[in-house]
Amino acid sequence: MTSPVALDPELDESKPGADKGEQKLEGRSPGQLMWQRFKRDRTGVICAVVVIFYFVVALLAPVLTKLSGTDPYTLYGQDPTYNDTPVLDEFGLPLGWFGGLSGSHWFGVEPQYGRDVFAMLVYGMRTSLFMAVGVTVLLMVTGIVIGLIGGYFGGRTDYWIGRVTDFFLSFPQQLFFIAFMPVVTAFFVDPREETPTYFRALAMLIVLWLLGWMGMARLVRSTVLSLREREFVEAAKVSGASPGRIVRKEILPNVVTPILVQFTYQLPSTILTIAFLSFAGVGFVEPTPDWGRLFAAGSQYAQQDPAFIFFPGVALVIFVLAFNLLGDSVRDAFDPKSGR
Amino acid sequence: MLQFIFRRSVGAVVTLFLLGAVTFFLFVAAPSDYASLACGKDCSPQRLHDIREALGLDQPLAQQFWNFMSGIVMGRDFPTGHCNAPCLGVSFYSGDPVWSTIMDRFPTTLTLTLGGAVVFLVVGVGAGMLAAYKRGSMVDKVATGASMVLSSFQIYFLGPIVLIIFVYSTGWMDNPQYHPITDDPIKWFTGLLLPTLVMATIFTAQYTRMARSSMIEQMAEEHVRTARAKGMSSKYVFFRYAWRGALIPIVTVLGIDISSMLGGAVVTEITFSLQGIGRLAVDGASHKDLPLTMGVMLFGAFFILIFNILTDIAYAYIDPRVRLS
Repeated sequence: MTSPVALDPELDESKPGADKGEQKLEGRSPGQLMWQRFKRDRTGVICAVVVIFYFVVALLAPVLTKLSGTDPYTLYGQDPTYNDTPVLDEFGLPLGWFGGLSGSHWFGVEPQYGRDVFAMLVYGMRTSLFMAVGVTVLLMVTGIVIGLIGGYFGGRTDYWIGRVTDFFLSFPQQLFFIAFMPVVTAFFVDPREETPTYFRALAMLIVLWLLGWMGMARLVRSTVLSLREREFVEAAKVSGASPGRIVRKEILPNVVTPILVQFTYQLPSTILTIAFLSFAGVGFVEPTPDWGRLFAAGSQYAQQDPAFIFFPGVALVIFVLAFNLLGDSVRDAFDPKSGR
Repeated sequence: MLQFIFRRSVGAVVTLFLLGAVTFFLFVAAPSDYASLACGKDCSPQRLHDIREALGLDQPLAQQFWNFMSGIVMGRDFPTGHCNAPCLGVSFYSGDPVWSTIMDRFPTTLTLTLGGAVVFLVVGVGAGMLAAYKRGSMVDKVATGASMVLSSFQIYFLGPIVLIIFVYSTGWMDNPQYHPITDDPIKWFTGLLLPTLVMATIFTAQYTRMARSSMIEQMAEEHVRTARAKGMSSKYVFFRYAWRGALIPIVTVLGIDISSMLGGAVVTEITFSLQGIGRLAVDGASHKDLPLTMGVMLFGAFFILIFNILTDIAYAYIDPRVRLS
């Protein structure tokens, strides 16, 4: 257990003699070291709080919409139940200031349908974030396994894995995403029928996974390649450890750092890719609430109702900014030498 | 050098072939029948049969694939007429030859790419170098902060904002549109100015960050320190010694960015309703148009492979330690 009492002597000792301090530090696990450095980085901590806040919002979307008394599917502008509280004018544009801000519609309403932007945004974040976590974990695991195999076994295995990686890298990514979404969906559902949201999500998962693992694989491969020649691995080999044990006990713990750093960069970029798919009209479709779809709608309404895109956009900018800064902080915490 | 280029070109051709194969068989081998995909929701058996015949889908798969791939090199004959050498088939949806459709759309994407590249190279790399040169100063802080914030913006958010400000509410600019440079160079410039700048903004921010950090990294290198110790001026060292090493990561990312943009600046094109290659891919996918999709994919992949080779050649010129063997 790390208690404040245990921390204090270490901090004191690190002051007088660099040598002594370092020796003491080496006794701590890299995770503890990183955590200490990270805690001292104020930007990093603030950004971590912001990012966690977004995930909490996504997680609590049903609670939040209960609070606001709205939901992302109801057409407040068309549903006769809400006739006594009109939200749209006769042109289908929101009534009131800045896209129809009001006590019941905190972020305004969507033109034409009158759906609640706040509910659409929190549910949209829920869709995007959950989806992105799933995709990112999947492609990281794939990348790690492939990278480990290539890096550890080397030789011909490594050569062929490298060629396959190169091949996947030569795919025009964005074009591939767009082109294959309908095809992969067609694998599951007859094209003449309506595609359930569930399958759309699965199709996106597959497409993003297929073209997303290469970066991770390369990173892990190059790290493992340099680790393989290190003394402690050779010592393990000489003492008769099996390849499985060497990979698990000697190599993997040393690859965790770059993997975690990569994860904090990969997750926001996956979120943006998912948003991009929905924006291009091949990801989630009506009426599933999704972050990217809000931008597609927003640029469509930009001329008549410029306020619509404001809240989803600002939310995304803050999120990406916080996540990028967090990524830098995590990197610095792990590797204090990487001066910015 | 020649040998290197030759070897890599052969590799590129093989990759293109494999890529075509993967695209083709994924498209065709999807369990749902391709013709019914193209035929849509209410499809009569007669129409289905006609589509199959017209598309050549009654032939064996390998034959279809071979027809397509050999058509790229040798041209192909269609019932509607001959299709010349770089023949990417005929669109299932519109019936136009894919190659000429791509060539129609390409100037838009090319303008966006080259215009954007000029902006983000000059502004982005310039700002990054300046920030690195005056590290810790006000200039550095502003450049770093601005690039951090701007790189968090997305084209699909910044684009509509810019449109709202400059087009919809003030009317200072016309709605972005492509005009051929041969018709009217001024309209060509103003027509794509907003999309180019919006696209370049995000890249500029990234290049600023990258140029700054790689310059700072280079300044700590030993050969740079030696040059300083010899008494060379800091300016000379900065622009001659460090700059050259800092170019390598920039060139790598530049190659990737330009090649992927040439294959379609999808988001920019959709945001500003421009008819470029990326838009074509979206159309191809939504119409489930196999030849069009194949064509655009191969076209995009071609640039990626070409720029990979160019980047590797550029290394050899920038960094004498890199020998191409």
